Amino acid sequence: MALTRITSPHTHRALGTGQVMRTVVMATLPGLAVLTYFFGVGTLHNVLLASAVCMGFEAAVMAVRGRPVLFYLRDCSALVTGVLLGLALPPYCPWWLVVVGSFCAIVLAKQLYGGMGFNPFNPAMVAYVILLISFPLQMSQWAAPSDIGGHTPGVLEALKQIWAGSSIDGYTAATPLDTVKQNSSLMLDSVYLQDPVLAAGSFAGAGWEWVNLAFLAGGAYLLYRRIFTWHAPVSMLAALALMAIIFYDGGSSNSGGSVLFHLFSGATMLGAFFIVTDPVSSAVSNRGRLIYGASIGVLIYVIRIWGNYPDAIAFAVLLMNFAAPFIDYYTVPRTYGHKKSQRATKKADL
Amino acid sequence: MSNTAEWQTISKKGLWTNNPALVQLLGLCPLLAVSGSVVNALGLGLATMMVLTSSNIAVSLIRKTVSDAVRLPAFVMIIASLTTCIELLMQAYTYELYTILGIFIPLIVTNCAILGRADAFASKNPVLPSAIDGLMMGLGFTLVLLTVGAVREILGSGTLFANMHLLFGEAARDWTLTLFANYPGFLVAILPPGAFIVTGFLIALKNIIDHHQAQRAAARKEKPVKGNKRVRTTGTIA
Repeated sequence: MALTRITSPHTHRALGTGQVMRTVVMATLPGLAVLTYFFGVGTLHNVLLASAVCMGFEAAVMAVRGRPVLFYLRDCSALVTGVLLGLALPPYCPWWLVVVGSFCAIVLAKQLYGGMGFNPFNPAMVAYVILLISFPLQMSQWAAPSDIGGHTPGVLEALKQIWAGSSIDGYTAATPLDTVKQNSSLMLDSVYLQDPVLAAGSFAGAGWEWVNLAFLAGGAYLLYRRIFTWHAPVSMLAALALMAIIFYDGGSSNSGGSVLFHLFSGATMLGAFFIVTDPVSSAVSNRGRLIYGASIGVLIYVIRIWGNYPDAIAFAVLLMNFAAPFIDYYTVPRTYGHKKSQRATKKADL
Repeated sequence: MSNTAEWQTISKKGLWTNNPALVQLLGLCPLLAVSGSVVNALGLGLATMMVLTSSNIAVSLIRKTVSDAVRLPAFVMIIASLTTCIELLMQAYTYELYTILGIFIPLIVTNCAILGRADAFASKNPVLPSAIDGLMMGLGFTLVLLTVGAVREILGSGTLFANMHLLFGEAARDWTLTLFANYPGFLVAILPPGAFIVTGFLIALKNIIDHHQAQRAAARKEKPVKGNKRVRTTGTIA
């Protein structure tokens, strides 16, 4: 009888790209569920449509490029892009918005640069920014959360809106970030009392705080599974919190909002755990990720408070994607056995 | 080489193989900045073409009298004065378009395609070929500008040939083709990123066509010697 005995060293098999991507999709499910609970089936429809169209575009480009289509579809990176784009788009937006966004994400932002692993920018965020700049009207209509008495359309009604283009003016509401941004005369306390969405919530508006908590839970799961390191998300949240503390000023009409408000509003948690941690377009060393994340956090606050748009994850992430190679250049880690870290390019080579 | 054959090569170079916008990538600043609609593109394209043709003629005329050391300042002076002429002409005849194109008309002076042609071709060739070269290079530039303008106008606002009366007078006011009713407007196509994306796609398209033609030419060349292979040699025997 042969005894199979496994001796050390016990090495783990590294996760494949497909596994990582599928885990990321799994981790977005709590957030998706909460979004659907508060805002109706719109986001769910967005996610399904965007995923399908993104996979379709990926397959088409792969076929045109003469690469194995199924092999590249199986790594699920297009699926992740689709899911993230679907989560970011406002619910009940017209179908063509999703299709144009998916085209921009997969064809323009990803495949034109060489496909998986070669894109300098986060595809979903490129698509989001193109749509936000091109179609400001359609991109700024968020549905009102259901628990403040907002009417959440049923499946049929939702489909009619998305595919036949009937108006959704009936049940949109300003998001908390927009409310605070538009406020110029009231003390923050009065804003919280007057705005229905903020009044129904405990610190960052009805629905939104739960959405962000759900994405935080998904992010914590990914961290536990070691899909990414803690450096980028934690430094981003810390920098955002620090900026919020500095400019809180006790809640005057000029105040930017409390720390909790900023951490649990808009796309903060989605951005921190699912966008900033993108392995392709972010900085690669741990020290680099700290700088990368912190800069995004600062930029988010700056654009949210002093910029033209209520939320800023996409703009901040794209700006820092630009800077990621620069950060990498100055944060090359010290090689084991060497005293000083080596520059990516030696001075003599230049 | 006979004259017509020479002119044909010059024309083909300007329009296709050495196109200033798609191959040399010269004059990108106006190409990207004012190609938001067909009328803007055509206006600037025609102006550039006129400056390019006349500057090539002028440079070719003085090519033997101007010494090498001072040739570039001389060329720039010629181009600048010709641009001023065009600017004054546009101011007189198409004033509205002149105000829309704004700084990009005086900036024709700095269009590298023009100085490039003056130095690379007109200063070494007689007047007639230089004139044809200038005309064809200008035409090639204008055609690319027009294509980019048309694509951006269709994508950006869903129309084609809007506001053509700025260039062709009142009769052209109703040339506007509305391609999609209730088009929401794809703003990015009108903004600078759209110009980069459309130009990139055009360059890619040109490369695909060239690649295709090269392959076909190669296939045609190989045919007669097909099957004429000898054992233990790679390739074919001529």
